[in-house]
Amino acid sequence: MDQRIISVLVENRPGVLARVSGMFSGRGFNIHSLTVAPTMDSSLSRMTIVSQGSEQIIEQIVKQLRSLVNVLKVQDLTATDYVERELVLIRVKAVDEKRAEALRITDIFRGKVVDVSRDTLTIEVSGTRGKIEAILQLMEPLGVQEMMSTGPVAIPRAAK
Amino acid sequence: MRRPGYYAVRTRPIEYCKDGGKKLKTNGAQILLHSLKREGVDTIFGFPGGSVIDVFDQLERNFAGDFKFILVRHEQAAVHAADGYARATGKPGVCLVTSGPGGTNTVTGIATAYMDSVPVVVFTGQVPTMLIGNDAFQEADIVGITRPCTKHNYLVGSVSELARTIKEAFTIATTGRPGPVLVDLPKDVIQAEDVFEYPESIHLPAYKPTVRPHKPSVKRAAELLEQAERPVIYAGGGVIIAGAHQELRELAEMGSFPVTMTLMGLGCFPGTHPLSLGMLGMHGVYRANMAVSDSDLLFAVGARFDDRVTGRVEEFAPKAKIIHVDVDPTSIRKNIEVDVPIVGDARHALADLLEVLREKGGLAHNSERLKPWHERITAWRSEQRLRFDRTADVIKPQYVVEKLYELTAGRAIITTEVGQNQMWAAQFYLFDEPRTFLTSGGLGTMGYGFPAAVGAQVAFPDKLVIDIAGDGSIQMNIQELATVAQYKLPVKIAILNNGYLGMVRQWQERFYGSVYAHTDITVAPDFVKLADAYGALGLRARTPDEVVPVIQQALETKGPVIMDFVVEREEGVYPMVPAGAPIKDMILI
Repeated sequence: MDQRIISVLVENRPGVLARVSGMFSGRGFNIHSLTVAPTMDSSLSRMTIVSQGSEQIIEQIVKQLRSLVNVLKVQDLTATDYVERELVLIRVKAVDEKRAEALRITDIFRGKVVDVSRDTLTIEVSGTRGKIEAILQLMEPLGVQEMMSTGPVAIPRAAK
Repeated sequence: MRRPGYYAVRTRPIEYCKDGGKKLKTNGAQILLHSLKREGVDTIFGFPGGSVIDVFDQLERNFAGDFKFILVRHEQAAVHAADGYARATGKPGVCLVTSGPGGTNTVTGIATAYMDSVPVVVFTGQVPTMLIGNDAFQEADIVGITRPCTKHNYLVGSVSELARTIKEAFTIATTGRPGPVLVDLPKDVIQAEDVFEYPESIHLPAYKPTVRPHKPSVKRAAELLEQAERPVIYAGGGVIIAGAHQELRELAEMGSFPVTMTLMGLGCFPGTHPLSLGMLGMHGVYRANMAVSDSDLLFAVGARFDDRVTGRVEEFAPKAKIIHVDVDPTSIRKNIEVDVPIVGDARHALADLLEVLREKGGLAHNSERLKPWHERITAWRSEQRLRFDRTADVIKPQYVVEKLYELTAGRAIITTEVGQNQMWAAQFYLFDEPRTFLTSGGLGTMGYGFPAAVGAQVAFPDKLVIDIAGDGSIQMNIQELATVAQYKLPVKIAILNNGYLGMVRQWQERFYGSVYAHTDITVAPDFVKLADAYGALGLRARTPDEVVPVIQQALETKGPVIMDFVVEREEGVYPMVPAGAPIKDMILI
């Protein structure tokens, strides 16, 4: 079962996030990640939800989301051509020669060092989930102390 | 943290504006009641409390002639009564209760209405906005609590939003797939002043239920109906909600289609009609379950393939192509794969379908063509009918329901509790009209039937309303005897008294080696004396020959009556499909 990215346009009102997340938990659907922020129109918010399930479950998720009174639009982006980005902060152990190695990897992935201490580097990287997984794999042997992710946000590609 | 603002709130009732509140300042309580008038509400079920005292004050002082207010004795019963009122009339039911426990007591009623798609609007009091989140006296986050069991709910943040919110609440409750909506009213909002202006229309950008079906799907359905050799119509509560019973009957008669109904669908097609197969499912009629299992086309309308209907879903109607009409897209393909999904309200869908079929010749040869199928169904009917031992010297509960049916000529509004009483009512009372059988199908709420009967009786003071109850269920809202006494509601209660929580006992007998764990409830009040204590008439029948006289006396009595039928203790409901088995695998007697 592949992960699916569902983009949900909602009214920006108190309780809407609870309605959406409550629908998932109440019906036993899975939320892998969820991001939410207002859109250009501040009366609306965009949620990007990553979930997984069979074709039938994803169809139910989409329909159930649409049935919520504050939900304007639901799109299963996985079915379309889209661009996705996720931002992670990685705190990696970096002493002696490992420091150079960590910086090299950061460079390759066009990451940025956003915090530094005697023993660690904190690195910001953004990209697709594939890219994030790749850098994490390379950093792992150095000793990743902590990792934080925004979860993906995604947008359909503009019509050419 | 101290929030002194609260104490500045004025508690003195303000004077009523004689012009109906227009252009003059009124308070939130008046705006609420004016808005309800504008929605055509004439009956409110409720229970007062500190947070809503201003509304009750207005109700008494200035709106007494506008609303019939029914003071129940427990808030759960207020919602069930509003629900019964809504199911019996088709109009939304309205409740008014206080904050905290007032609200939490409504939850079972709301969840009941939600599962059965009943339009109910519940107004709850709330602590003043300044105190929300402070764990104030009688504070509960009722919007949070009821979010998963309402169609939608609101916390009104300011008096300026009140009228619009009420309009939205009624719109959402009554359109598309109906359902309960809760509106939470902080005390300062109720007390604040504003101009009353009821919006003519509202804009709900994200709420657009699909009512009209997609034409090509309807055409495809018509083709399948023309070709089917073993068709069955499987009709549910959606037909009643949409008022599509006439269209359904027309379709069935046009094509000689046999019709089976869900528990919620009973009455959407005449139970006495030759094409009626009766109810299907776990305690369905043998021929209905067999016909569905053997059908080559299942036309589902306003039904949702609930597990109590389908049994093991993989083996439900295994040979059939399935057409599914439902106003709620989430119902389609939720439990079962369908061949022709039709999103739309049952009435529009059936009307469109009839039109297409008429253009194509109106299924002129169907009665001839389907003869072998009807012969097969008749054979199933003679193989196994609903039955019980008529020679017994104790009262059989089925006999009581049968006699109630005969002596009321099938004209009563029947409500039920939940369990064996409910199933026997569904099996042995034949419903010819929609909105005459009120039962908690989805949630299965014991204690529903009596307050629902109160609601139905308030809506139809001159109709005969009977709650078919068990001795367990009736005790879950027995306090409403005071309500029927107060408003002189002539509700009749028929208790099938077997001293057990009978349905659970039946499962224990069948599947748990007859260990009757905590289902013996022989310690119970004397229901005849109890009736007397509340000023109702109590009657008891202990032997079969006492049944008819007791029913007759009850029907001749103008006021409320409890009939206590002491029935066979260990009678079971049959046929029975064990949970998770295919519906053709019925345990018979």
